[in-house]
Amino acid sequence: MPFEPSSELAAYAEKVVQRYPERRSAIMMILHALQREQGRISLEAQEWVADFLEIAPIKVREVVSFYPFYREHPVGKRHIRVCRTLSCALNGGYAVCDSFKQAFETGLDEISPDGRVTIEFAECLASCGTAPVALVDDDLHENLTPEKVRELCESIKAETPAAPRPEPAGETAE
Amino acid sequence: MSRANGDATMPTFSKSAPHPKERRIILANAEDPDFDGTLEAYEGRGGYGELKKAFGMTPEDVCKEVLDSGVRGRGGAGFPAGMKWKFLDRRSGKPVYLICNADESEPGTFKDRQIIHKDPHQLIEGMMITAFAIQAKQAYIYIREEMPYGARILDEAIEAARAKGYVGDNILGSDYSCDLVVHRGAAAYICGEETGLIESLEGKRAYPRIKPPYFPAALGLYMCPTIVNNVETLCNVKHIVAMGGGEFAKIGTTGNTGTRIWCLSGHVQKPGYFELECGKATYGELINDLGGGLLPGRKLQAVIPGGSSAKVLRAGERFTGKLRSGEAFDWGIDDIPLDFDSPMAAGSMSGSGAVIVVDDSVNIVEVLANINAFYAHESCGQCTPCREGSLWMKKITGRMVSGGARREDAALLASIGDQIAGRTICAHGEACAWPTQSFVAKFRDEFEAAAERNPDEWKNREFRLV
Repeated sequence: MPFEPSSELAAYAEKVVQRYPERRSAIMMILHALQREQGRISLEAQEWVADFLEIAPIKVREVVSFYPFYREHPVGKRHIRVCRTLSCALNGGYAVCDSFKQAFETGLDEISPDGRVTIEFAECLASCGTAPVALVDDDLHENLTPEKVRELCESIKAETPAAPRPEPAGETAE
Repeated sequence: MSRANGDATMPTFSKSAPHPKERRIILANAEDPDFDGTLEAYEGRGGYGELKKAFGMTPEDVCKEVLDSGVRGRGGAGFPAGMKWKFLDRRSGKPVYLICNADESEPGTFKDRQIIHKDPHQLIEGMMITAFAIQAKQAYIYIREEMPYGARILDEAIEAARAKGYVGDNILGSDYSCDLVVHRGAAAYICGEETGLIESLEGKRAYPRIKPPYFPAALGLYMCPTIVNNVETLCNVKHIVAMGGGEFAKIGTTGNTGTRIWCLSGHVQKPGYFELECGKATYGELINDLGGGLLPGRKLQAVIPGGSSAKVLRAGERFTGKLRSGEAFDWGIDDIPLDFDSPMAAGSMSGSGAVIVVDDSVNIVEVLANINAFYAHESCGQCTPCREGSLWMKKITGRMVSGGARREDAALLASIGDQIAGRTICAHGEACAWPTQSFVAKFRDEFEAAAERNPDEWKNREFRLV
């Protein structure tokens, strides 16, 4: 099914394209808005972006697949990105990441069983002076400890209703 | 509470009282608890006064002041900004573009974040002065997506500045117009490389361009002459206009003028950012005095003096040689002056001003393994030596950590580094090779000993860096 942009997204795309002398330059800003609205960037949506920018769909996919913060796959309701890089690691970043994983009984790079979160490592979040840090959606959490992570996860659970994914049809049939 | 924005959801970052050794010029307003970063607050402190002053000068005169100031780029390379501007090649008659590199992504660096969040108008004023000086047609701020609020703060600050005639059409009632637009990246380190950034801004993968011929000053954005400067560099332009290039050059030392914001992180008691006059303090003072020293009971193992791509300095190492002035030096890490030239004289670099301290509580092989994982992740994949080599280096340091390394792996690792540096389109080749080359050379025994490590014992370690 072809992708139908929301009126907000279509209006935003029209606005942002004016900021550049060449339409193609608007791609990253449009992809950010699209991903925020849709939760991911589907192939159908990429075709719409390509059409809008008057470029080949592969030129869109090149961009989506190159930049770590764009994704074609869905994530949990909240997106947790723990800084993996040196200053955070020296101050316990890996233990912080483990605490997030334990709290949601999930591994890295997957939607947690309760559907609430996806936990990922990110490379340097540029807040090395308050290491270790993590982004929860847009919000930066600094000077994290396993205890602070546990509190943070409790509040995420309280704010975010669980939405476990249904078992895939093939597996339940077995 | 202070924020550059009235939005209650906007996060605030803590501010720090100045250390007696600091000299705050760039951070003077940003760190003041009474300053909230709004346009009103900024104007209340004389903000946009320098823009008015610059518009009373000719663009050439503004360029000359910046050249006279000797200000060097704060993003990593330390190239004189005035010289960069001089290289603008206008012969094509194409429009000139200005880009602010706010892709702050060298591990250890977090200074530009402070400026953007706490004093966005200082950056905007510095940019509009620069745009006028180089007669740019259009200006962009390329900000990394890891700072989503930073982008919003800048968007709102630009709108406020536009309403007052500081940005946009007919700036300050003159016939000069230049719009300023925020462009958000998507977490690729390579966008900090200026030609990669330009490709990204054009809507493509951030594959750096080869220089020559693609020097941005001649063939930059849309193949037009383009200047790309770091956030802190552009802020300095405002202060150069305020005090004059000659006066600015009196701050710091010869060839290392102005202040720099040093970012201190890793194993220190009080990590943070400190604005210091160039060359007037040392790494020892930064770590032990401003940074409160090492954690109790720990010993220094290494210092990375300018972002994780800088060559490592080993505790106890001596650095000897002759300075450009002819004066001989004999330094330990603590004695190296905090400027551009001294870390270079010590065989490394000041890079983006990011100092990472590593104490004896961690295994140095694992430190490099962490760094190698970063550079392997961030290689854009364009050049074979970097794309393949960065992964090999990650793999080898990985097996040194997890068990299964061979004794000759240390030599193999070093040789891979040697085969990357100097053989790639952009400096990411050096950025990924220098850590490996320097760590293996300076900690050879530790890297060779990794082969004898008991993998099971190592697997169960409590504290991990990879």
